[in-house]
Amino acid sequence: MSGSAPDLNIESDTGIDVSLPVAGPGARAYAFLLDWHVRVILALAWFTIAALIFNGSLRLAPPLTNDAHWFGFVVTPALAIYFLYHCALELLMRGRTPGKRMAGVRIVARDGGMPSAGALLTRNVFRLLDSLPVFYGVGLTATIVTREHLRIGDMAAGTLLVYERADARPPPTRAQQRAMPRLDAAGVEIVAELLERWPTLDVEARAQLARAALARFGAAVAGDTDDSLHAQLQTLLRGPGGDT
Amino acid sequence: MSDRRQQALAASLLQRAQLWRDAEARSRRLAQGRTEDARDATRMADDYRLLAHDLARARRLLPDSRTREYLEAAYARAHATLHHGAWRLGATLLTLFRDDIPAVVRWLRPYILWSSLILVLAMGAGYALVHRYPELIALFASPDAIASVERGKLWTEGLLNIVPPSVLSVQILSNNIVVSLFAWCAGFLFGLGTLYMLGLNGLMLGAAFAFVSLHGLRDQFLTFIVAHGCVELSVMCLSGAAGAAVGEALARPGESGRIESFHLAALRSGKLLIACVLLLIGAGLIEGYVSPNPRIPLGARIAIGVSYWLLMVLLLSGWLFGRPRRPAA
Repeated sequence: MSGSAPDLNIESDTGIDVSLPVAGPGARAYAFLLDWHVRVILALAWFTIAALIFNGSLRLAPPLTNDAHWFGFVVTPALAIYFLYHCALELLMRGRTPGKRMAGVRIVARDGGMPSAGALLTRNVFRLLDSLPVFYGVGLTATIVTREHLRIGDMAAGTLLVYERADARPPPTRAQQRAMPRLDAAGVEIVAELLERWPTLDVEARAQLARAALARFGAAVAGDTDDSLHAQLQTLLRGPGGDT
Repeated sequence: MSDRRQQALAASLLQRAQLWRDAEARSRRLAQGRTEDARDATRMADDYRLLAHDLARARRLLPDSRTREYLEAAYARAHATLHHGAWRLGATLLTLFRDDIPAVVRWLRPYILWSSLILVLAMGAGYALVHRYPELIALFASPDAIASVERGKLWTEGLLNIVPPSVLSVQILSNNIVVSLFAWCAGFLFGLGTLYMLGLNGLMLGAAFAFVSLHGLRDQFLTFIVAHGCVELSVMCLSGAAGAAVGEALARPGESGRIESFHLAALRSGKLLIACVLLLIGAGLIEGYVSPNPRIPLGARIAIGVSYWLLMVLLLSGWLFGRPRRPAA
């Protein structure tokens, strides 16, 4: 059985490998569940709206006889949304779906590039096999036992699911880096990140973190109010006389 | 390296943050198709080298920093953007139907022969089985269909009075497409899944043919299937052949390794399945609109069946979209 997810390292023309962290069964299952909810909601929404329009009243029941218009306008599009959701969206969004985006993963080819249309179609057709016998039993087992967490569709298509790293934040700005003589690179990052997260942190927690940071980087704590600690961190980051 | 020197190098690296932000923004614009600026495209190659260079330094100088995380992500995105082939739908489809699919058919020729043989043998076995033991039809047909044939009527008679042709077509074509795709995917079980699908479908058809023959409905049955059956059965053989190729790639992988060999065979043979799906859509429409319609005479049905089969041959040989380009020997 595979251990923790490895990185996919791809040789590049520059001589520096591209490193992509491979998503494990958990991230896959999370993305799938999100997508499942999205497609169920979309299909039901279509069915409901189309049925109301078709019936011309607040009634969702189908006609008593087999009606081609009901089938073509209400049932077929709803089924198409449900069954073609992954296939269509992965093609349109180049290896992503809303669920994958929310889970922070995307599909890549083994060369780290965007997968071809043929590869995306192949990986989706193989859902027929991966979904057996129920609840993606085959696919889930395959992702657990393979080293790169591949379901059969991925093996067939030559694709992988990798973490997007969309939340990777850019490093401090040039202005912030003027404090470099006082703070080392790690220090700049810590203080800048604390300031970024300031509004989202609990008042007590951020005060504690601010005091710890000021003490660590040798700045005397000149006031203990929330605003004063925030200002002192900004001064520490800017350096004496610096701007933001 | 001394700490002081390392810190100075890290500081100089961080001075380049704005360049990284610009490179990443350009990469995003290009990846999302939001720019057609030629300068953006040409600068992308420089950005890629810049990010590679700085990432290598960040891996050494700031291994556990968010700067490194950011550069890893920016570099991976730039790599994906640079290594993404252009999607030109028209040219891709033309190449697929004119060159690729005929090449796949040529590659699969022995598999097509074998899968056709298996289907025919299974049909013969199904026919012989039910002809000798008619009660075994219960294994292959629904009780309603059996009761209908025993009353002297095909189960397809009066079908259009119950189900509109459009609904019937969609039901039939979606079912046939799923069966065909599944026969291909099932090749993953070293070809055994494909063999099962071919065998089962052959047995069912042979058994049905024997059962209707025993009740004097053979001509009606042939009349029903002639318009759509030629292509439907051919497509079954084609998807079986594609599945067999996938199975053989796993069973006899060669030097490239089992997964790589499976991947190559699946991607290559999968092209044929696109043609199969299109052909099954046509066959489903014929089966919904033409086959159950009693007002269409046998001659017209034969003409439709033969014409559609010839269209399939033209499609698979590439002649439908111009002369296929044969690869240089």
